[in-house]
Amino acid sequence: MRPFTYERAETADEALALHAGGDVHYLGGGTNLVDLMRLGVARPERLVDVTRLPFDRIETTGDGGLVIGAAVRNSDLAADRAVREHHPALAQAVLSGASGQIRNQATVGGNLLQRTRCSYFQNVTKPCNKREPGSGCPARDGEHHNHAILGHTANCVATHPSDMAVALLALDASVRIRGRAGERVIRLNDFYRLPGDDPARDTTLEPGDLVTAVEVPPLGMPSRYRKVRERASFAFALVSIAAALDVEDGTIRGCRVALGGVAHRPWRARRAEEALRGAPATETSYLRAAHAEMENAHPLRGNRYKVQLATNLIVRTLSGLGDGS
Amino acid sequence: MDSVNISGDPPVTAEITLVVNGTEHRLAVDTRASLLDVLRERLGLTGSKKGCDHGQCGACTIIVGGRRANGCLALAVAHDGAEIVTVEGLADGGELSPLQAAFVERDAFQCGYCTPGQLCAATALLDEAERGWPSVVTADVAAEPELDEDEIRERLSGNICRCGAYVNIVAAVQDAAARQGVAGRDEADARQGVAG
Repeated sequence: MRPFTYERAETADEALALHAGGDVHYLGGGTNLVDLMRLGVARPERLVDVTRLPFDRIETTGDGGLVIGAAVRNSDLAADRAVREHHPALAQAVLSGASGQIRNQATVGGNLLQRTRCSYFQNVTKPCNKREPGSGCPARDGEHHNHAILGHTANCVATHPSDMAVALLALDASVRIRGRAGERVIRLNDFYRLPGDDPARDTTLEPGDLVTAVEVPPLGMPSRYRKVRERASFAFALVSIAAALDVEDGTIRGCRVALGGVAHRPWRARRAEEALRGAPATETSYLRAAHAEMENAHPLRGNRYKVQLATNLIVRTLSGLGDGS
Repeated sequence: MDSVNISGDPPVTAEITLVVNGTEHRLAVDTRASLLDVLRERLGLTGSKKGCDHGQCGACTIIVGGRRANGCLALAVAHDGAEIVTVEGLADGGELSPLQAAFVERDAFQCGYCTPGQLCAATALLDEAERGWPSVVTADVAAEPELDEDEIRERLSGNICRCGAYVNIVAAVQDAAARQGVAGRDEADARQGVAG
């Protein structure tokens, strides 16, 4: 690992000032960054520790709305009463990620900014357009059973690994950012990006930008997170779903569907949502919605199974929510 | 590999204080050093083990500020002032903790390499259950969880045992939970479990 200097920021202004110049990374829990440094994927010359900034609280805004500080630990988010009662999908998503140890260390801001676990990205002896722009993407024709089926390009077929971000996307969350030009709030939907011709960038953040909080508006309908993986626990998603459903007199009044493990970013299933709105709350509607979303899927040679898996997961999860189970 | 400096840049050190098992230590550490390496190589506390060094196996689990954590992923320099409990600090003098005693009674290990991490993780697990923290297998995430076998297995999924002693590890944690009155399992169940 390359030697680096370590600075601890006490305020957001101080963090921004310390971030200026050179290859500098903010340090949260470090559960992804320290590993990437050990692998040689990240080689910062300075770390700015932002875990002691005053962003470690969860505020409720009434009706179940939340403002979650970026330094809140994942385990505290999942244990929070308001989160568990008003946004069970968010608590379940956080709890389905990593291990008890890692959730104690990891922060909300760091979770949003974790990097893909694509094995080529994590291996500095291999080409990777995300790690080394222009070097190529061996995953496209190589080992890609857990890579993207939606929104990918020839440049990059990696997936975003976060569970929490999938739930936050379904919940229409926004991200509070302190940047060199001041504070701004952007929708999580505009925070993440598809690879396009610049797969090195996971998000729309500018250099020095510091995530300070996540805002979650009230939801007012039951929600659920489900995750399919290769072992029962402590593994990344093959496919996951965050869904919410509001049914009145057998008709779907409102719904949210977001998928994980299928794209370079958490994937909001807008086509499925469109098909569901106003439809009868039946399995036929759920299946039609799933097909509407998966029509656009372009699976790779080794991950065709994900199309069927995502379809089944959409139908099963919406059926459960529709039955109130 | 980990400690090899191929960049040619000189190492950077920083002064920190750690309180480990109740004893304060002041030391200058390389900014790259993990808590695990500092505990093992600087303080001679070799109970915590290095398995994967990537946060995947749990052999390095320690309790930092009352919470279980992977020592291998924690930079020491970021933990100035932290209170740490390692496996060496679980017993009260010569008296094993109820969980440690349950591991012995249940023969909850074979080679023992993962055991320090299992013990630290399970000690914190009981505390988390006591505080009513749910897990992903809790049917109603808003309700108080009951610490049954599925819950214990899920909550220990960050600790790998390559000998496969899981059956006895789960039983030991159940016994300790019952003795400490955690999450609804009573003594009679536990006694029956031991006898059975």
